[in-house]
Amino acid sequence: MALLEIKNLSVGFDTNAGLFMAVQGIDLSVDNREVLAIVGESGSGKSVAMLAVMGLLPKTATVTADSMTFDGHNMLTMTGKQRREIVGRDVAMIFQEPMASLNPCFTVGFQLEEVLRFHMKMDGPTRRKRAIELFKQVGIPSPEERLNSFPHQMSGGQCQRVMIAIAIACNPKLLIADEPTTALDVTIQKQILDLLVSLQVKHGMGLIMITHDMGVVAETADRVIVQYKGRKMEEADVLSLFESPKSPYTRALLSALPENATGDRLSTVADFMKNEAANAGVAP
Amino acid sequence: MSEVVLEGRNIVRDYYVGGGLFGKQKTVHAVKGVSFTLEKGKTLAIVGESGCGKSTLGRILTLIDPQTSGELLIDGKPINIAKDRVTAEMRRKVQIIFQNPYGSLNPRQKIGEVLGEPLLLNTNKTAAERRDLAMQMLVKVGLGPEHYNRYPHMFSGGQRQRIAIARALMLSPSLLVLDEPVSALDLSVQAQVLNLLADLQDEFNLTYVFISHDLSVVRYIADEVMVMYYGEVVEYGTREEVFANPQHSYTKTLFAATPKSDVESIRARLAKKKAA
Repeated sequence: MALLEIKNLSVGFDTNAGLFMAVQGIDLSVDNREVLAIVGESGSGKSVAMLAVMGLLPKTATVTADSMTFDGHNMLTMTGKQRREIVGRDVAMIFQEPMASLNPCFTVGFQLEEVLRFHMKMDGPTRRKRAIELFKQVGIPSPEERLNSFPHQMSGGQCQRVMIAIAIACNPKLLIADEPTTALDVTIQKQILDLLVSLQVKHGMGLIMITHDMGVVAETADRVIVQYKGRKMEEADVLSLFESPKSPYTRALLSALPENATGDRLSTVADFMKNEAANAGVAP
Repeated sequence: MSEVVLEGRNIVRDYYVGGGLFGKQKTVHAVKGVSFTLEKGKTLAIVGESGCGKSTLGRILTLIDPQTSGELLIDGKPINIAKDRVTAEMRRKVQIIFQNPYGSLNPRQKIGEVLGEPLLLNTNKTAAERRDLAMQMLVKVGLGPEHYNRYPHMFSGGQRQRIAIARALMLSPSLLVLDEPVSALDLSVQAQVLNLLADLQDEFNLTYVFISHDLSVVRYIADEVMVMYYGEVVEYGTREEVFANPQHSYTKTLFAATPKSDVESIRARLAKKKAA
């Protein structure tokens, strides 16, 4: 049985203009030791689907699904208290802006130890030892001193490493990384992706990579889901997706990569969808 | 016809930090002696990681910050804003587009005012003329006259970047400094904006200085490439030279770090993972 299994997930938001459906009927499943990438442009509902799993959506959102199970727990009928016990321990999430997701008022060591205190009920000295060990694992130099630093004293890449350390602190079964490298330089991006994949292999975690970067997908994923306007366009293993993309939208995304440019112009998704519509004989 | 628009000779920029009641003043060498020449209608890409001084150089070229030493020549005329006032004429020649289209537009200004302001400050055009020019420019960058009276929050990231481009082009500059113009944008929106920049370059014969850390974009858009590392230029040449045969170890690291999305690389990675 899959680690996380979602059937027919829909998420709607109540807005002034009526109900807006951000996610419409998505099925997905992730196994242990698997890297699933969810690709799409901004507004495709890729983050919202994962926030629904974590229960982090605002009250205006309505989440419906036929089933949503994580590791045998039914995430739909769970109370807030039960969910909080799982989230952060068995499922952890890393966000796009490392600077914005850490609290500027507390040292990074405090924020890391908070997780250990809440979920693992460790005492002070054990926490400190584990925190140092985690910082070593994610490759932060001189961890003993760095634990006493505040987020603003660290670079973006370092902050993202702290976020990863917090996420893996309780050895989660599933790690969800929401655009973990979008705010970072290519060289740092490479380091962070390598780190995530090596941790995934080492701990046998499931890993969900949410991204809009096809390069990141190619570098990390085993399986890929392509999402557009809240719907799933294609699901395939990474090799067949890049070798022979089935959905026109996937082809459009791939042709928008600058390295795949033919001639002087980059083709855009809008062009592609227009052509598709013209071929099908309907107005775009 | 190869007319040099922009030339830098040994440009240096130092920042002084500290030096208060406690501690001694420290000097940060942000840009350490950069020289280059750029011809009209060409694109120079400046590549490097964050903190390598590429944006500082961009600010010097745009006449926002003065250089500490060295010479900057625009259209063959030496200019040093630490000594001379920047004339409206110089302002018209160079414009900049910033990375974050959410931060670079004033949320309380309507788009029409955003576009009209450079004309108001630097020319003697009447309100009606400014309005007409702004309308025309909106159409040029792929928006419509109906957007004239809207506020920035009503636009998406890609549209805002188009507005920022329109604002930069209002004074018909000859040189445009683009500081990571597409790194905050999605892949397909990035493609649209890059296409727009290429079209505008052809139409107005613009010269671009394109600051970026994304090598796949640089390879697509640049004629010449300059790689910076800790304030120094470690590699400078035509796109073909730099991409075909990188000399410096940092450039090689940069190439190695760029994600590869061809089928062979994926196959190699999967095989390696299986073996592990």
